[in-house]
Amino acid sequence: MHPIRKQRLILVLFIVFFSSLAAGLMGYALRENINLFYPPSDIVAGQAPVDKQIRAGGCVLPGSVDRAEDSLIVSFLVTDGAAELEVQYNGILPDLFAEGEAVVVNGRLDGDGVFQASQVLAKHDENYTPPEVADTMKNKGEYDEACEGIDYGA
Amino acid sequence: MAWQWFHRLGSPRWFYEKSAPWLPWLGALTAALLLVGAVWGLAFAPPDYKQGNSYRIIYVHVPTAVLALAGYYVMAISGAVGLIWKMKLADMVMKSAAIIGAVLTFLALFTGAVWGKPTWGTWWVWDARITSMVLLLFLYLGVIALQEAYQSRDTANKASAILALVGTVNIPIIYKSVDWWYTLHQPATIKFTSQSTIHPSMFYPLLTMIIGFYCFYALALIMQTRVEILQRERRTQWVRDIVEGGEKGKGKREKGKVEGSTA
Repeated sequence: MHPIRKQRLILVLFIVFFSSLAAGLMGYALRENINLFYPPSDIVAGQAPVDKQIRAGGCVLPGSVDRAEDSLIVSFLVTDGAAELEVQYNGILPDLFAEGEAVVVNGRLDGDGVFQASQVLAKHDENYTPPEVADTMKNKGEYDEACEGIDYGA
Repeated sequence: MAWQWFHRLGSPRWFYEKSAPWLPWLGALTAALLLVGAVWGLAFAPPDYKQGNSYRIIYVHVPTAVLALAGYYVMAISGAVGLIWKMKLADMVMKSAAIIGAVLTFLALFTGAVWGKPTWGTWWVWDARITSMVLLLFLYLGVIALQEAYQSRDTANKASAILALVGTVNIPIIYKSVDWWYTLHQPATIKFTSQSTIHPSMFYPLLTMIIGFYCFYALALIMQTRVEILQRERRTQWVRDIVEGGEKGKGKREKGKVEGSTA
């Protein structure tokens, strides 16, 4: 290769390497802030700010969803397996909201440790399965639930 | 000389002439794959057990997103070749890839928003995946803008190639964002190292669409590059001959003719 071209090639590799390094360091410095939401265990441990707009995410604990009879108010527990966070919400839930499914809630943590949600988003998983296949797999116990690995009995 | 083929590849005229016979074949293949993939995916693939029919937008969303990312490497590598070898054709490919990439990125974001509304419950959320994808759109638009920002072609090519190279760092970030951070976007379904988490009856139409979009990308890139060649080489004799074609002697109409006929 011509020496001038070789020099330019080195320059190009130099640009790519150092811009990657810069971006990598930036991502490392900001790593906590890039997360969209706090897991329940961080919130229960007091690592999330109180009465500030934050998001929490985790799995809806099966059996914990409690709907008011005369209004849209709903409360449920969100867990990451290590801790549980109580969420209260007044509004319409997305279609994919269900027990045992992942959610991201947007709102404020009140003084009693209850999360007052202003928005509930369903976080669907990366599995795509026809309904009949999902049924048979569930029966065989081979099926991975959205919140797999979470021990709800804890 | 080992590099001779490479230097001949850099001739816009050579590329323009050699690429013409490929276009109908590539076009037919693209149309066939996209048609089969779309009908298969939208009409014959089973619905999802949780999302029902709304998951079917995956057949557009995933291929556009895949090509938006893969196309960035096409743009960055052409930019690097243009910087190192001062190859005119590479700069033209870079500009074409930027335009197509910007459109694909926009489509990926748009279909993602349309999909997000019924499934997540929101059009938009500033999580790591979506934000880094928006950054990708701005990188593509930045390359296009830099191409137009300088009087000197050479300076414009150099500046946009450097931007394209700096932006390559964003591609692995987009790809891994769903694993590195907590996001609303779900992790990757098609995995290279382990079992994909999509049923084969849904995966094969998706694969057909992805391959179809790769063909479409190649086709669009070649066609757009041919337009760039005609535009940038409009003062050369061979382009004048092509453009004027049958209407010889009409003189100074070539510029308007080129832009009009290729818009």
